[in-house]
Amino acid sequence: MTLALRVRHRFAGFDLDVDVEAPPGVTVLFGPSGSGKTTLVNAVAGLLRPDAGRIAVDDWVLLDTAARRFLPLHRRRIGYIFQEGRLFPHLTVRQNLLYGRWFAPRDTQPESLERVVDMLGIGHLLARRPGALSGGEKQRVAIGRALLSAPRLILADEPLAALDEARKAEILPYFERLRDEVSVPILYVSHSSAEVARLATTVIALREGCVAAVGTPAQVLSDVGAMGARDIGSLISAKVVAHHDDGLSELTTAAGPLFLPRVAAAPGSTIRVRIAAHDVILSRAAPVGLSALNTLRGTIAEIHPGHGPGALVVLALGETENLTARVTRRAVATLGLEPGQTCHAILKSVAIAPEDVGRAQTHEAAE
Amino acid sequence: MGADWANWLGPAEWAAVRLSIRVSFWATLASLPLGILTAYALARWEFPGKQVLNGLVHLPLILPPVVTGYLLLITFGRRGTVGQFLDQWFGIVLSFRWTGAAVAAAVMAFPLMVRAIRLAIEAVDPKLEAAAGTLGASRPWVFVTVTLPLILPGIIAGAILAFAKAIGEFGATITFVSNIPGQTQTIPSAIYAFLQVPGGQEAATRLVIVAIVIAMAALLLSEFVARRVARVVGGT
Repeated sequence: MTLALRVRHRFAGFDLDVDVEAPPGVTVLFGPSGSGKTTLVNAVAGLLRPDAGRIAVDDWVLLDTAARRFLPLHRRRIGYIFQEGRLFPHLTVRQNLLYGRWFAPRDTQPESLERVVDMLGIGHLLARRPGALSGGEKQRVAIGRALLSAPRLILADEPLAALDEARKAEILPYFERLRDEVSVPILYVSHSSAEVARLATTVIALREGCVAAVGTPAQVLSDVGAMGARDIGSLISAKVVAHHDDGLSELTTAAGPLFLPRVAAAPGSTIRVRIAAHDVILSRAAPVGLSALNTLRGTIAEIHPGHGPGALVVLALGETENLTARVTRRAVATLGLEPGQTCHAILKSVAIAPEDVGRAQTHEAAE
Repeated sequence: MGADWANWLGPAEWAAVRLSIRVSFWATLASLPLGILTAYALARWEFPGKQVLNGLVHLPLILPPVVTGYLLLITFGRRGTVGQFLDQWFGIVLSFRWTGAAVAAAVMAFPLMVRAIRLAIEAVDPKLEAAAGTLGASRPWVFVTVTLPLILPGIIAGAILAFAKAIGEFGATITFVSNIPGQTQTIPSAIYAFLQVPGGQEAATRLVIVAIVIAMAALLLSEFVARRVARVVGGT
């Protein structure tokens, strides 16, 4: 299923003008606050009527201002996962979960309650009321509630933003399962590059109401125009080799071994790792006597001097992957860096946070 | 013992108590749907004349009750425009009947009922209603399945407040439907009447005690019910 989004909407001092297509899978709407992400999602959900535009999932048209079509909120069949959960306080968890099924058209085949409860691990909560749940539990129930309404599209508006780091780490795997086990396309709003790295099939980067970039997470996360030099990073895939007793996991990449703080993936599985450009140190010679454990060998593909003292150096690792390093222009000059040279990228293992490590999508791993 | 208790009040006093309860019960029940609708409109809708409606609803709270009663009399009395219409087309006569007393009590209690319900509606997060919409519930269903259960404590509080106010209503009632024993003589009217005749003080005191008991019972009941409902609705 492809989601076609064309929306124009004018606010006081703010214009949203977007025309993109989102292929199946998880599409992350990515951008800083105020870039128009939530507005766009609300337009898809029917909570906002944009000035002009057309929104359709394949040939099922939700909105077409030219044809004067505006499907009301309750007939859009959208599973909306809100930032604050928005569970019904007067209903039990079970009643919350089954609320949408009541209203789903008879001819649909909603997910089974059992499967969803099992997938989200909320079986022990069914008889409780939302007031007695933790933030993470609430959000899991909210995911289940959206899923069980037999949606044709799932929207998630920064579903992790209200949670602390530990709760985020608890919920993210459920979104990965959603992506891998449920066929419904997902539109996911986020301003976190870690979430993009872990979840996205496609990224739409928004800046001030316009689309700055569309592409795979690896493309967009390393796109200066979309990310800004400060937040730029690379996404590389790595295969888990072994978990060692000292708390590190050993992985292999196209450019050599990688040691990371223990990752939550079994040996043999492929994961994606986001490496922030400012965490990468470059060296012409193979380094020795260094505390950093990871040295990846690559070829300099591009050098982009910035306006300030910084420069971005893109290393090609193997055939298909790139690693971007953010260094000073002075360092580029001192080392005499030029495209085509072999170069070593040094990474501290501890610089890579657990939220930057995600399970690769199943179809990606199969390739 | 039961007979003793019943004999404690004279027949005229019993009649006043029974009538008061009947009048207040129907006044509350019949005005509840309109009260919920008005409270919802004032809390959630924007429409021209909203302030006028708000003023009209609250007017009986501020006007001298005699004025409200007189206005009811010239509107719903036999010669009144609405009263004539009701009499001719439906055979409904309000003036000098217990139904008229119920109308007077309802009008006087309406502002209190609407206030309590409106506060409850304003406390419901519209985001919850939007969430119900995304799950496929149309507006009326959202109201029935989300809004209504969440404002139930407010509705109960408003209804009991209105009932207590209706029990105590005097000025508008006596102006509109007079003070006919067994017909329109509610507890306050009866107390007033007893106090006008020599030796009526004892009967008046007994009715005063009844009025206090009913008011206290209503307050305690509302506290109890509201707390139970709040526990269910509050989500713990």
